[in-house]
Amino acid sequence: MKIRAQIGMVLNLDKCIGCHTCSVTCKNVWTSREGMEYAWFNNVETKPGIGYPDEWENQDRHNGGWELTKGGKLRPKLGGKLSVLAKIFANPDLPEIDDYYEPFTFDYEHLHNAPEMKAPPTARPRSLLTGQRMEKIKAGPNWEDILGGEFASRSRDKNFEDIEKEIFGQFENTFMMYLPRLCEHCLNPTCVAACPSGAIYKREEDGIVLIDQDKCRGWRMCVSACPYKKIYYNWKSGKSEKCTFCYPRIEAGEPTVCSETCVGRIRYLGVLLYDADRIKEVASTPDEEGLYEAQLGIFLDPNDPKVIKQARKDGVPDAWLAAAKRSPVWKMAMDWRIAFPLHPEYRTLPMVWYVPPLSPIQAAAQRREIGLREGIPDVSELRIPVKYLANLLTAGDEAPVRRALERMLAMRAYMRSITVDGRVDERPVRAVGMKPSEVDEMYHIMAIANYEDRFVIPTSHREHAEDAYALRGGCGFSFGDGCAGTSSTSRLFGTPSDPSGFGGGRG
Amino acid sequence: MAEYVNTLLFGFYPYLCLTVFLLGSYLRFERDQYSWRSGSSQLLRRRQLIWGSNLFHIGILVIFVGHFVGLLTPIAFFDWLGISHTAKQLMAMLIGGVAGFFCFIGMTMLIHRRLFDPRIRKTSSFGDIAVLLLLYTQLILGLASILVSLEHLDGSEMLRLMTWAQDIVMFRAGAADGVANVHIIFKLHLFLGMTLFLVFPFTRLVHAWSAPIWYLGRRGYQIVRRRGA
Repeated sequence: MKIRAQIGMVLNLDKCIGCHTCSVTCKNVWTSREGMEYAWFNNVETKPGIGYPDEWENQDRHNGGWELTKGGKLRPKLGGKLSVLAKIFANPDLPEIDDYYEPFTFDYEHLHNAPEMKAPPTARPRSLLTGQRMEKIKAGPNWEDILGGEFASRSRDKNFEDIEKEIFGQFENTFMMYLPRLCEHCLNPTCVAACPSGAIYKREEDGIVLIDQDKCRGWRMCVSACPYKKIYYNWKSGKSEKCTFCYPRIEAGEPTVCSETCVGRIRYLGVLLYDADRIKEVASTPDEEGLYEAQLGIFLDPNDPKVIKQARKDGVPDAWLAAAKRSPVWKMAMDWRIAFPLHPEYRTLPMVWYVPPLSPIQAAAQRREIGLREGIPDVSELRIPVKYLANLLTAGDEAPVRRALERMLAMRAYMRSITVDGRVDERPVRAVGMKPSEVDEMYHIMAIANYEDRFVIPTSHREHAEDAYALRGGCGFSFGDGCAGTSSTSRLFGTPSDPSGFGGGRG
Repeated sequence: MAEYVNTLLFGFYPYLCLTVFLLGSYLRFERDQYSWRSGSSQLLRRRQLIWGSNLFHIGILVIFVGHFVGLLTPIAFFDWLGISHTAKQLMAMLIGGVAGFFCFIGMTMLIHRRLFDPRIRKTSSFGDIAVLLLLYTQLILGLASILVSLEHLDGSEMLRLMTWAQDIVMFRAGAADGVANVHIIFKLHLFLGMTLFLVFPFTRLVHAWSAPIWYLGRRGYQIVRRRGA
């Protein structure tokens, strides 16, 4: 057993209002630069929909994630190492920028400078790639917002698998939900595996997956390999970039920008302990529906004295062990079983988890008969089909999703009995196999969601790992040219000028 | 005067180019690794790249290895193997011709794409276009030299070029004299070839140094970095 710790994230989709504050604050901090206009380290999609980039969940098309060979061996869907190298001159699995969208701006100046005209002036779009006029914007970062576009296009959503989807095209049966997405910081990342340069790595101390900007050579295999399409090729710098989990903030014990700014307070950050020796075995679970349960099995109980002893031996600091005990991610994923990994069938063992959303109990309400069992409505009557959520979160296994939805409904029924009826009704809680004290805590963390309960992040003690004195007066992020910055456009080696603070390690 | 220019171009210029090539590559890698990349434009436009890039790269790699082995292996080694000079020349012409043909098709597609696709043209640097055109010219000169070689199949011209290359890398004096009388096509090909080494460190060509063959030897798939590493 080799115990490592990782900061994981849970997003409570039941409370996501689709406001995109996470996406916008992330963009402002990380990708507001030439070459990265089209990239959103965090984006919010309306589901059902084909998402961003087009059909990212369709791995028959994109070949992301892992697969088991006939012999049961784990291999990137792109192919083994030789096949990956064979694609290096031109990668047939790489999306084109139009699969995301062609980045654009508008002629805002025209609004100021237009001469007197009969019609008010308009700001027409212009491509940020060519600078040319775009007659029609064909796609954008959130093109399917609130079920935008026709059903025929949206219904190509992979999560409709094994669902009679036609009826959901009818207005009366329409359903929708929001899905904020970021890098999953997987335990078994395919991007790392497919990088021929070895530039992508997982950090041992907190599990954050980063791209060494100095070592990246732009072979762009990671873009295809990541099944979540959360690695973006910067067409200006020729390097791939990805969500950094705001590691400078995490190191200082602060939440990521997307979590900090979430107005719905749906995001949770906390430590999970896991057995690094079992990653390959768990990711090789033969049955896809078994992958969710298998991944639960890799996490280790932070209250178990044996685990604590071994973790100390493996170098996990005490502050991290203390944080692991208070981790909201552990509670939601392991104690209450209400949070799930996104598409476990990709076999990457993702570490950003989701609480499935509740939805109105439509059909039954129309019949004026809501079937209650111990005060809990039947989750099959929810507007969002359970099978759809299961395809998204448990590789199609409905039972765990059902249980999670029932537990959330039970929590509501229980709290309603206390606050509305003025008496404690424990029946719904018992019916879903929980204790009232657990549901009290669940309510406290999920509904009240205080800052200090949502974010339990130990600081990283970098001072033990490097000589902090040598870093004094440094420039933080730079492009490997010291504190010179990149204001000069004419450089000897033709470095792309780029005013961000990304990359280049040698500050 | 002609002799002076000949010595300058084929006696001194090679060392200038090699020095800049090696030192420039080292300095760029050491001081400015962030700029060290393949510079792929596939994301922006897939069309013409899948065929163009594969044909170009496979062609040019065969040609590069062919030149490396063909020019720098001592002729005594071929004699020992029992390969006649005529046979070696024919082999070079054949392999180089076939690879050059594929490379030519690929490069034509890539150049067309780079110059006439507005997205690629607008996002190209001067160096991106210049290096493509330089390589294209060099390729055409190389293909043209096959026609010249057809006129004398005894391998004598080839031998002079081999001797020159080996004299240069072995620091033997008077290397330039050996190529004073070779066909002008060869002289142009040599000059442009050396110039490619000269501009190499300042262009995207540096990615050739980074051909990630080590990937095949990686143990397992995952990479985990320890703190402070």
